[in-house]
Amino acid sequence: MWKWLKTLYHRLGSPKWFYQITGSWLPWFAGAAVVFLGVGLVWGLAFAPADYQQGNSFRIIYIHVPAAFLAQSVYIMMAVAGVVLLVWKMKMADVVAQSLAPFGATMTFLALLTGAIWGVPTWGTWWMWDARLTSMLILFFLYLGVIALREALQPQEVAAKACALLAIVGVINIPIIKYSVDWWYTLHQPATFTLTEKPAMPASMWVPLLIMLLGFYALLGWSVILRARAEVLKREYKAGWVKELLQRK
Amino acid sequence: MYFDSLSDFFNMGGHALYVWSAFAISLLLMLLNIILPWWNFKATRLQLQRQLRREAKQQANSSITEQQGEQV
Repeated sequence: MWKWLKTLYHRLGSPKWFYQITGSWLPWFAGAAVVFLGVGLVWGLAFAPADYQQGNSFRIIYIHVPAAFLAQSVYIMMAVAGVVLLVWKMKMADVVAQSLAPFGATMTFLALLTGAIWGVPTWGTWWMWDARLTSMLILFFLYLGVIALREALQPQEVAAKACALLAIVGVINIPIIKYSVDWWYTLHQPATFTLTEKPAMPASMWVPLLIMLLGFYALLGWSVILRARAEVLKREYKAGWVKELLQRK
Repeated sequence: MYFDSLSDFFNMGGHALYVWSAFAISLLLMLLNIILPWWNFKATRLQLQRQLRREAKQQANSSITEQQGEQV
């Protein structure tokens, strides 16, 4: 297993191999996204029971929780890619990091926005400067910072290193988001899913949520791979295999 | 289905505004994250193909002038 992972790591480090292998992955990610999001959406919106206190507004959870989940895990992926770039100088890691940022920013914005909409009927307010909400807003600004830094700096190598550094430093915010509901007094409820305990809601509520989460991950895979492939073509334009590929139409 | 009727489903127990606006905006942003990378990929490939053709033409032209130079 370890050896296999090592080979995969080295191969993915080659732009040519990355481009070729991910081409065959795309339809699988697309198919999984369609199936999971379709099933999860219909199940969550029409079949899951309403919450006995919140009524049907609770259905916003089917976007809110996956979006918040992805917002954080995409950021961690970006930071890991940053470490790989800085320590092992793997250029493909930067391509992946660059492709992750827009999706992560979208997810953070979605989590904030759906949370605000949900807050109106549930808390009676759409925003509060509470620890969870504020740390998520900081995460959003971190994403915007990484994207802006990439645009602002030249040459590419310098921008890559700066983005990696900012992503790594910003990781400190992730545990703050996670434990904010425990450390400070907050309106926000604690985590829906934990590794150690069964969810507090019935299966008819959390199974569609899990399916939505898988769908979000599949869409992330598709979106990031497509962005990364375009970036590989741009950066490797001078390479023989890219020219050959472009001529082939 | 959890709801008694279709209109019941659209009404969302009086929370229609919140539920449907949240889902509609999310759908829009997800679609953007599908369409934009797709367009970007297509555009990148087209642009690079054009660049490649232009460079090939330039190279052909310069090699012709070189040959002419030798003949003179």
